[in-house]
Amino acid sequence: MKPFDSLETPAIPLALANVDTDQLIPARFMKRPRSEGYGPFLLHDMREGPEGPVANPLDDPRRAGAAVLVARRNFGCGSSREAAVYALADFGVRCVIAPSFGDIFASNAVKNGLLPARVSEEDAEALLGSAWVEDGRALRVDLAAQTVTAGNLVVAFAIDPVWKTQLLNGWDDIDLTLAERPAIARFRERDAAARPWAGLAPGD
Amino acid sequence: MAVKKAAAVARTPPENRTIIDKLWDAHAITTREDGTSLLWIDRHLLHEGSFHAFDQLAKRGAGVAHPELTFGIADHYAPTRGRDGSVANPEIARMLDQLSANTARHGLRLIGLRDPRQGIVHVAIPEQGLTLPGLTVVCGDSHTSTHGAFGAFAFGIGASEVAHVLMTQTLWQKRPHRMRIVVDGPLGPGITAKDVALTIIARIGADGAQGCAIEYAGSAVRALSMEGRMTLCNLSIESGGRLGLVAPDETTFAWLRGRPFAPQGAAFDAAAEDWRELASDPDAAFDREASFSGVEIAPTVTWGVSPEHAAPIDATVPDPARIADEGRAQAVRDALAYMDLRAGMRLDEIRIDRVFIGSCTNSRIEDLRAAAAVLAGRKAAAPGLVSPGSSAVKRQAEEEGLDRIFREAGLEWVESGCSMCVGMNGDIVPAGERCASTTNRNFKGRQGPGSRTHLMSPAMVAAAAVTGRLTDARALLAGREVVG
Repeated sequence: MKPFDSLETPAIPLALANVDTDQLIPARFMKRPRSEGYGPFLLHDMREGPEGPVANPLDDPRRAGAAVLVARRNFGCGSSREAAVYALADFGVRCVIAPSFGDIFASNAVKNGLLPARVSEEDAEALLGSAWVEDGRALRVDLAAQTVTAGNLVVAFAIDPVWKTQLLNGWDDIDLTLAERPAIARFRERDAAARPWAGLAPGD
Repeated sequence: MAVKKAAAVARTPPENRTIIDKLWDAHAITTREDGTSLLWIDRHLLHEGSFHAFDQLAKRGAGVAHPELTFGIADHYAPTRGRDGSVANPEIARMLDQLSANTARHGLRLIGLRDPRQGIVHVAIPEQGLTLPGLTVVCGDSHTSTHGAFGAFAFGIGASEVAHVLMTQTLWQKRPHRMRIVVDGPLGPGITAKDVALTIIARIGADGAQGCAIEYAGSAVRALSMEGRMTLCNLSIESGGRLGLVAPDETTFAWLRGRPFAPQGAAFDAAAEDWRELASDPDAAFDREASFSGVEIAPTVTWGVSPEHAAPIDATVPDPARIADEGRAQAVRDALAYMDLRAGMRLDEIRIDRVFIGSCTNSRIEDLRAAAAVLAGRKAAAPGLVSPGSSAVKRQAEEEGLDRIFREAGLEWVESGCSMCVGMNGDIVPAGERCASTTNRNFKGRQGPGSRTHLMSPAMVAAAAVTGRLTDARALLAGREVVG
């Protein structure tokens, strides 16, 4: 996983609460292999109407190359589909700023090197309403300092310390787990005695 | 050394633990200084959508650590019609073949499309006795919280975590906050677990339980059948909860006894002794509490595009002009525009185009009986689909003659799968149509691009089918018996 340090890019203002993962990527696009790229399907049904493309903050030419998205509360709620994170990442988004996130979405995000930055409701509104963001000027996201800077506006964000370390280092869970193999073996031994009803015999 | 490490971990005193603490402590292999624990996973469930995880395994050249603990099942893309022949849609056939190939390659058990045990993962897996109290259960599906009905610690995960479980049978997790939701007192006649869940979500919000594991408690919860408890726990994710569970009791044990993968005979009795110990200790503290009065819960429906947009059937559509908070007012305006509803109109004036009875939320035998009790001898004013939650539920419903009631009412009786809840198999609500649905999400486009969803209980969907508009089912149930 690519380490996350800081970003300096325009931001996409998405002034919506409860942006669920069904909206982030509608189910009908999830049959494709990841290698084909999920970026074109990000928020597809908000960007494409029955009569063709609809004006929307993602495709605004002023924000070409934006790697940050700002939204309202409960971003990424709903389905556990990691494809929602793939769509954001493949579109080029590396950080979502919102007052709160769906738990599974946030966890999926970190595993793909995407920063879920939690800000207060007031700060989210300040960013969404700022001319700096609206005009597509670059804002700066600094993970080590946990700040977002948009012109004169400096906003602090929260991130779980474990996730922060993981993102900064680009660590992968699997490597950490494989180092725990002896502990897993010891657990298995005492667990078999404590919960004899929990295991299953291999199938036929 | 293992003991020393475990002793160093800060724990709630053993005599004051919640069921959530007990389950967590029993599965924590090791705990890092930052409070993250490596948890042992007892059951891992896969479906057609799990292919991303297998692709990650292939990239690493990795194998499955404990193939005996993982089960695959065909549900998300399962066709609900014409199963005897080959699958007509090549993309869907490929999704099903991919699951078969991936499970076969790694020696995993598969409940495939034509297996008599097939069904929606959260309906069919419990039927097999694979979900037991005291287990950790994970699946790449957010409604895995359903299995908490048995007193299991069950939660949905993403594809990277699915790959991690396949490779190690473990997961790193942050200890969740503990939340208790108490529902006391009797529920009124015709009020179901779905009404309870929607009432909870409407009050605490779609993010009201974020970061929390929920224990549902109180006399109204204790009185629920296993089917009702599954519906309640299923919807935990719709209030943002990591998982929801109910302490196992005699209702749980009676339901599980004799199921194929459950312990049998004396082994079951011994296990039940352990399971009784899981209940929260009387003085155990929760981080958050919410309580509800059962008698005050009314038949509840959603009007908007989030499950928190729910209200009793005799209420009206909210008026954004009367909401002070501009963000909230805008969300309501946006929802009403998408749903094509007028502020202030009565919910029971809303006309529907279609109905759907199915999904991991409400497709079990009890749900079908409740819908059939409303529909018996009546005609549906709107077309609709009834998809039982599993092939076993389908067989039982047919033995009871419920399929005939649905067919005679004019509804389609089809095979089991996720179907019109998520539309992946092609069962969709056409754009602009309004569907009364027993499912779990009224998100924009969830049931198909441009679809409009109203969530409610099976009896309420049946009542909407009869009148062609959202309707208080109790009026149509008067003098009729619902077989429990």
